[in-house]
Amino acid sequence: MKKYDVIVVGAGHNGLANAAFLAKAGLDVLCVEKNDYIGGAAVSRELYKDWKYSNCSYVCSLLRPEIYRNLELHKHGLQVTPYGGSLQFMENGDYFGSYHDPEAAHREMARHSLHDADAYSRYSTDTMRQCRLIRDFLLRTAPDPTSFKPRDIKELILLGNKFLELGEDRLYETIRFWTMSVAEYLDEYFETDVIKTALSGSGIIGTALGIHSPGTAYVLLHHYMGDVDGNVGTWGFARGGMGAVSNSLAGAFQSYGGEIRSEAGVDQIIVKNNRTKGVALESGEEIYAPVVVSAMDVKRTFLNCMDKNDLPGNFYKRVKNFKIRGSSGKLNIALDGMPTFPALSENSEFIGKADMHFIDSMERMERAYDDWKDGTWSKDPYIDCTIPSATDPTMVPPGKHFMSCFVQYCPAQIEGRAWTNEEREAFGKSVIDQISNYSPDFKDLILHVEIRTPQDIEDQIGITEGNIFHGELTMDQLLFNRPVPGFAQYRAPVKGLYMCGSSTHPGGGVMAAPGANAAREILLDLKLKNTVPENFGDD
Amino acid sequence: MTAQHIFTGRLKTPFHPRITELDSLNTWHNWAGYSSAEALYCEDMEYFAIRNSTGVFDITPMTKYRITGPDALNYLDRLVTRDMKKIKPGRVAYAVWCDDQGQVMDDGTIFHLREGEYRLCSQERHFAWLKAASIGFDVTLKEETADVAALAVQGPTSYSILKNMGVRGLEELKPFGLIHNEFLGSELMISRTGFTGDLGYELWISPDKALELWDALFEAGKEYGIRAIGTHALGLARKEAAYLAPFEDFLPAETTVRTGRTRSPLELGLDWLVDFSKENFNGRKALLKEKENGSQWNLVKLDIEGNKTADHSYIYAHEKNNKSEIGFITSAAWSPICKQNIALGTVRSPHGKPGDTLWVEIYYQREMHWNRVMAEASIVDKPFWFPARRGKTPPDPF
Repeated sequence: MKKYDVIVVGAGHNGLANAAFLAKAGLDVLCVEKNDYIGGAAVSRELYKDWKYSNCSYVCSLLRPEIYRNLELHKHGLQVTPYGGSLQFMENGDYFGSYHDPEAAHREMARHSLHDADAYSRYSTDTMRQCRLIRDFLLRTAPDPTSFKPRDIKELILLGNKFLELGEDRLYETIRFWTMSVAEYLDEYFETDVIKTALSGSGIIGTALGIHSPGTAYVLLHHYMGDVDGNVGTWGFARGGMGAVSNSLAGAFQSYGGEIRSEAGVDQIIVKNNRTKGVALESGEEIYAPVVVSAMDVKRTFLNCMDKNDLPGNFYKRVKNFKIRGSSGKLNIALDGMPTFPALSENSEFIGKADMHFIDSMERMERAYDDWKDGTWSKDPYIDCTIPSATDPTMVPPGKHFMSCFVQYCPAQIEGRAWTNEEREAFGKSVIDQISNYSPDFKDLILHVEIRTPQDIEDQIGITEGNIFHGELTMDQLLFNRPVPGFAQYRAPVKGLYMCGSSTHPGGGVMAAPGANAAREILLDLKLKNTVPENFGDD
Repeated sequence: MTAQHIFTGRLKTPFHPRITELDSLNTWHNWAGYSSAEALYCEDMEYFAIRNSTGVFDITPMTKYRITGPDALNYLDRLVTRDMKKIKPGRVAYAVWCDDQGQVMDDGTIFHLREGEYRLCSQERHFAWLKAASIGFDVTLKEETADVAALAVQGPTSYSILKNMGVRGLEELKPFGLIHNEFLGSELMISRTGFTGDLGYELWISPDKALELWDALFEAGKEYGIRAIGTHALGLARKEAAYLAPFEDFLPAETTVRTGRTRSPLELGLDWLVDFSKENFNGRKALLKEKENGSQWNLVKLDIEGNKTADHSYIYAHEKNNKSEIGFITSAAWSPICKQNIALGTVRSPHGKPGDTLWVEIYYQREMHWNRVMAEASIVDKPFWFPARRGKTPPDPF
């Protein structure tokens, strides 16, 4: 039977990116995927006739341009188109919009508060300073602070210098920033509830924390550090849906001779004498390779697909305690036409183009989290609602639309037990009702709805509790602590076994950085020439 | 008798009323005496209209000449470097024409409208040159810039939009082909041409039907992401397609004062446009000699490492030993679609072979301070952006 150099488990974007860089280095790489389609959580699926759904991840900004360029993803069909602005509908019938153009953005903010409009520039400079600090480390392996290896020491010095460069006052600010809540951070700049609400959303997306929970200021950063062609903070749509990201990575991988097998779920990672031998598929078939890379989240990898006795006890315990809590759900909706929003004028450029939210106060944001803590979904949720079909002509028939609603909060279990169908429907209804409050014709336009709880996402995609980041992005789970202290350099405690999913540094968000970084480490261990590009840098 | 005072302001194209309605940025520039919008609402979004849906750009100010008469073909064949006999009616040719020294006067497109009837479009005004070249040929030359209103309709949904507008015959229309339709009693010419390197068309109509055409086009494009765009978006798209822009990547020979600032077609990578099998054409002797002795300059398409745009940069053969530069960048951009740092440049022979590596000295400013980087640049052969949809016939709906 054929033996491969490397088996990558999971054909999500990180698995495929990892596989592509390894294949590019000349290795014989097989990527196995449990589903009958590739892409993991970066997929476009036809769930309603002639409609393509980005039914998991739905926007693209963090995907590293260095990877895009190096793997020539445009030749494999990837195109990312930015979209314009965002909207916060208000209960009093007004709205707060944010614009791409800084002058328009200032004017709209000043309509709500001149103070906040002027404060925005300071807020944006301070946030950008934090972005710069972290962006340099996205395509680098986090240094191990306890190691005396020259490479770790060099990287630690680099990290240290980055911090020292800030100067004393800003160093204090940075340490505060990394530990404070997004609400406290925004309070330092703004006075208007709806403006703070609009900015706070990015602090909680994908995180089982509330806007007042410590650590959420950093999550905000995670959503700001992306860019579309140098426009930092801009988000875009992958043309053809998020599946275009995975498909282009798969195209690159195959162009380097890589092989993908779908419907090949891994049951066990085979270990003998503390060394990886390959994988045993659910079908019973065994495939062998001296290197196995898991793109699955750490819990699924180590708790579900390995024998506990093959792992150090402390490592096992840490993985078990890794925070990867289900906090968000998703509604994917086929629409017969563009809904109208009475708050907007008929020719408003926001219609269809903006990212919409239907919540207007910090209190409502926090109350939404209270429901989650009570073990149920938010009755008045935070929804991140986009209509990619208004930008992307390839997703649905002309004149029709696809709406993606990311919904927070939504627990993995209801009061500690599995969801019932009725509860799933009720969760969907609370989302549709909230949108309907701002769009009277919305309900009538609905042709089809897919409702996904964290449990559904776990069942279909495999991500534990459907956590979009493969583990929360809090300080205790970042950099050299991600996923587990001492194992942040993509190497598992078993020889020949590596991790390349978003549970590793620098985390989720369709960056493909974990996959690329892991490939660099593997090539280093195999003493092969590195194929992973360096950060563009911004000095 | 007092002569009528000429109009000294900027002219407005027949589409001007519609463009001003859509314009919210008030950034206009001069294009051959006409007001032309740089951007209408957002440069970035306008660029993405070209690559993602459809961008509409007013090309009316482009200089246009009608060439007719029994000798029209022989005349053009003598004028330009490529073989015009191969350009059948219903076809369009990209072409350059040279002075007697074989230096490029301009580039442009020649539309073979009907048997023996041509339209030549160019950036510069050339009536004097065209007339002088016509001595001995039975041809009629007519300047028709203001007589034809024209729109570039470019992007992946352009085919669907034109079909939706009722244009017939698009299914068979290949790149560099043209067809005639009727529009409200006037002739509408549709050519599959453009300056974006993507799927796209150009529409040509009598100015009195311009607004009706615009309205019909935008109505048909409503559900296909149609957007009016300005020059800046187009300028970025043309760099990705590695198309040359006069006054950026070369200077029309008649406009240069200093010796050595002109370029031959061979030096611009346009040797495929020069057909030495033709008995005679303007500049043939000089170009033949250049072909034998070698060119002085080579145009290069550069894929530059990093993401700092290489505007106005010098080019070097080596990273360290850079006492003397070998050339310079003529246009540069960060390509959003390829995620590539791209540039066109001109380098001294023998440098400039595809596959070779050169070095580019880039200065870039960050918060007032300047930085310098020597970036490695590989010379590439093909345009940076050349999607399959550009050449597909019939095109896909998007």
